[in-house]
Amino acid sequence: MPEKTTPLYEVFLRPRNGLAHRHVGSLHAADDVMALQSARDVYTRRGEAGSIWVVRSDSIIATNPADKDVDFAPSDPEHKPYRHPTFYKIPPEVGHM
Amino acid sequence: MPINPELHSDYLLRLADSNLVLGHRMSEWIGKAPTIEEELALANIGLDLIGQARALLAHAAKVSGDGRDEDALAFLRDTHQYRNLLLVENKNGDFANTIVRQFLYSAFAQPHWNALTRSSDEELAGIAAKAEKEATYHVRHSSEWLIRLGDGTEESHRRAQNALDNLWMYTGEMFESDDIEQAVIEAGIGVDPSTIKPQWDAIVEPVLKQATLVQPEDGWMISGGRVGRHTEHLGHMLSDMQFLQRAYPGQQW
Repeated sequence: MPEKTTPLYEVFLRPRNGLAHRHVGSLHAADDVMALQSARDVYTRRGEAGSIWVVRSDSIIATNPADKDVDFAPSDPEHKPYRHPTFYKIPPEVGHM
Repeated sequence: MPINPELHSDYLLRLADSNLVLGHRMSEWIGKAPTIEEELALANIGLDLIGQARALLAHAAKVSGDGRDEDALAFLRDTHQYRNLLLVENKNGDFANTIVRQFLYSAFAQPHWNALTRSSDEELAGIAAKAEKEATYHVRHSSEWLIRLGDGTEESHRRAQNALDNLWMYTGEMFESDDIEQAVIEAGIGVDPSTIKPQWDAIVEPVLKQATLVQPEDGWMISGGRVGRHTEHLGHMLSDMQFLQRAYPGQQW
């Protein structure tokens, strides 16, 4: 399908109130309305969603893979382990957090 | 008012068969649709329709009490025993034809189901309530496509107008009723389809206008599906749909 007439959209679903929309995939559509319909038809066939977001993929502002080191190396857990709250003892009654 | 179970069952078959036949037509797109997104959309619509048909056939079987079940009704009736509208047995043709056929039918089905939610047959009213939501989406999906085809390229416009012109003569049958239907309507079970026409017009006219398509004049209208007089297309479709049960009776999967 020609990319020019049917641009790529990213699809986000929220299963129910209180949860966040999560990215589930993408699709091609002629415009916003058709993208929303296709998202419903392609990604919610098994009751997965209570809400759908679609957004043009080219509207997403993303990090540059070339800047990976600059962006993410400084927060490498190996160098800054204190950012992970793993030094606390959790009483067994608390269970999984 | 009590009603003859045969008339009641025949009425349910009429409702069931249009959905079953159109549902099967949609399944014929699987593997051939223009895009993967639309293939799923068409298959979803087909599954909705077949689901509606199954519920109605099972109910019809119970009402008639003649020992046949939903499978026997779907797979072992011959062409002249089918009660569907002629509109829906039309071949898929091109994508525009499929969309126009769906739109013309769903614009009828949606208000028709809505009216049937007030049926005195509680089982039918329940089926109608579920089906109405599905039909509402079918109207939305087909009308959005029709607007884009009609108001799209020169070729998509030509194909959509062509489909509309070819299928228009099948629309009159949706609003007709005969003695069987009148008896079921008087019993409070059925809905007089002629009362659906204003609602159908209210759905169809604005969409055609937005699609820049010319609404054909109401000329000669073909009918006969509801009493088993079908076009040549239904037999070919049934021979495919019923092949397995005919060749291997009682086969399950």
